Amino acid sequence: MEVIFKVQRFDPESTDLVSHFQEYNVQLTDSSTVLDGLIKIREEDDGTLSLRCSCRAAICGSCAMRINGEAGLACNTKIIDVMPQDGSPIVIEPAGNLPVIKDLIVDFQPFWAKFKAVEPWLQPGDIQPEGEYIAPEEDMVHLAGVVSCILCGACVSDCTVLEVDDSFLGPAALAKAYRFSRDPRDESDDQRLAQLNEPGGVWDCTRCMKCVEVCPKGVDPMDRIMLLREKVMDAGHNNTSGARHANAFAKFLKNSGWLDELKLPVMSFGIFNIKAMIGLIPLGIKSQLAGKRPPIFHHKLSSAKEIKKIFEKVESKK
Amino acid sequence: MQEKNLFLADTLNARTFALAEKSGLPLMTICSTCQGVMSQANQRLTEDPEYLAQVNETLADEGLEYKGTIDPKHLLWIIAEDLGIDFLETKIVRKLEGFKFAPFYGCYIVRPSKALKLDENPNRKQALEQVIEAVGAEVVDFPGSTLCCGFPILTINPKNSQTMVANHTIDAKDRGADSMVTPCPLCHLNLDGYQPNAAALAKRDIDLPIIHLPQLVGLSLGIAPEKMRLNKHLVSTKKLLSELADAP
Ligand code: SF4
Ligand code: SF4
Ligand code: FES
Repeated sequence: MEVIFKVQRFDPESTDLVSHFQEYNVQLTDSSTVLDGLIKIREEDDGTLSLRCSCRAAICGSCAMRINGEAGLACNTKIIDVMPQDGSPIVIEPAGNLPVIKDLIVDFQPFWAKFKAVEPWLQPGDIQPEGEYIAPEEDMVHLAGVVSCILCGACVSDCTVLEVDDSFLGPAALAKAYRFSRDPRDESDDQRLAQLNEPGGVWDCTRCMKCVEVCPKGVDPMDRIMLLREKVMDAGHNNTSGARHANAFAKFLKNSGWLDELKLPVMSFGIFNIKAMIGLIPLGIKSQLAGKRPPIFHHKLSSAKEIKKIFEKVESKK
Repeated sequence: MQEKNLFLADTLNARTFALAEKSGLPLMTICSTCQGVMSQANQRLTEDPEYLAQVNETLADEGLEYKGTIDPKHLLWIIAEDLGIDFLETKIVRKLEGFKFAPFYGCYIVRPSKALKLDENPNRKQALEQVIEAVGAEVVDFPGSTLCCGFPILTINPKNSQTMVANHTIDAKDRGADSMVTPCPLCHLNLDGYQPNAAALAKRDIDLPIIHLPQLVGLSLGIAPEKMRLNKHLVSTKKLLSELADAP
């Protein structure tokens, strides 16, 4: 079958330094992958097209790129699954949120820097075990998903926070931080969790689930970030806006069965965060004027008692 | 609640589902975030009988049991799938011709695709566009349509949150949108309520009214704008409504 590719090109040696799209028509079969198509273009049509690949089997993690606007491994994506029905081309762009070097090749330096920042290695305590330390299986099996990360960067490419703020550690590095923080042989939790509680850490994630959706290996970075939040709060770091929000949310639900939307932001920012509180005032006043604001007197839901009971029962088991 | 205690969160959802089962009625929501949370909870509850049994043990105190038969559905899906776009078209009394709307799905009604059963119902990825076209308006495509509105980090990182608002609304506006339509009240809250802050951050005017999905449908069904509180938005809908009133 004939397949049309529309590929984003960028040549660092060109004079104008802007990217543009180029179309290619390729003959492929039903079982071809996007990578097969791109390699065919490079070999038969245009030797200047640059891309990274190696294993062609979703193992090495080098071929992540945006296919029709969403990150994925080119070697792991079948043409028939992404070919638009209406005959329009398959759009191929380099991975997002990383600087483009040439065509589909991006610079992984920022990716590695964040990775390194979470110290992705085992840090045992001062007391060295006498023999080999074999971690019990039940402590490790639940990490199977997260250790299968192949460092392809698809999650980083599509992370909605990285798009607006490159100081965020990002999904791949945070998932790796979770992997070490949950390893029974690692003793550096105090320092790890304190670091993850800082700006740019676990609280900056918007929970958009992009990373979960695009990850080719089922690492579920966002879910790991949520578990890290739980760990961070359990370790006593309750003084961030994120932790206050989560705690206030639970408290309202427990005591009245629903949210007090007027008090929630106040409690999230923290009563003493004067600057943020002032920031809220304009919206409060405008909302008042527009007649759009939550009720001032928060009443209990009729089923509040039942909800509180569920809280108490589940929490007593924890 | 998820980040505090997943089991507790799932139990609270199971309670809602059990009550719906008891009433014998299907469960509808008008909120994408509720949809996402309920679909994911439901997936966990229905794919693991042991887990469901543990949850039901807690619910038993209240005399409730969740049997796993509920399929929570957003109003958008009910319009596009259960009632059908054709049906909607027969009810329209006011075509919104000449207007351009940018669809803003946000996150939780498109991800995670498995819990939301998008593969079984591919239509769900286009439902908002279909409704916009059915009411006679034009769809404005823009890249942020299925990205985050910034609401979840509103109190945690206001700058990032408002940069997201600015990016999406400016993108849609610059592509000619008269308004943005969303099936998510939380997206609405951020995109409408914090648009002035976002405009200040981006140092330019935005002024893009954000319309709830039911308001869009309501307008085409001839429901009075004030009845749907279109006069209570922070980004004024006045201009939009007066153009609508003037339109033939
Ligand atoms: S869920 Fe969080 S980490 Fe994952 S892509 Fe979204 S913002 Fe980034
Ligand atoms: S978490 Fe998934 S998407 Fe991210 S780098 Fe690892 S394998 Fe790739
Ligand atoms: S080529 Fe190795 S993952 Fe695609």
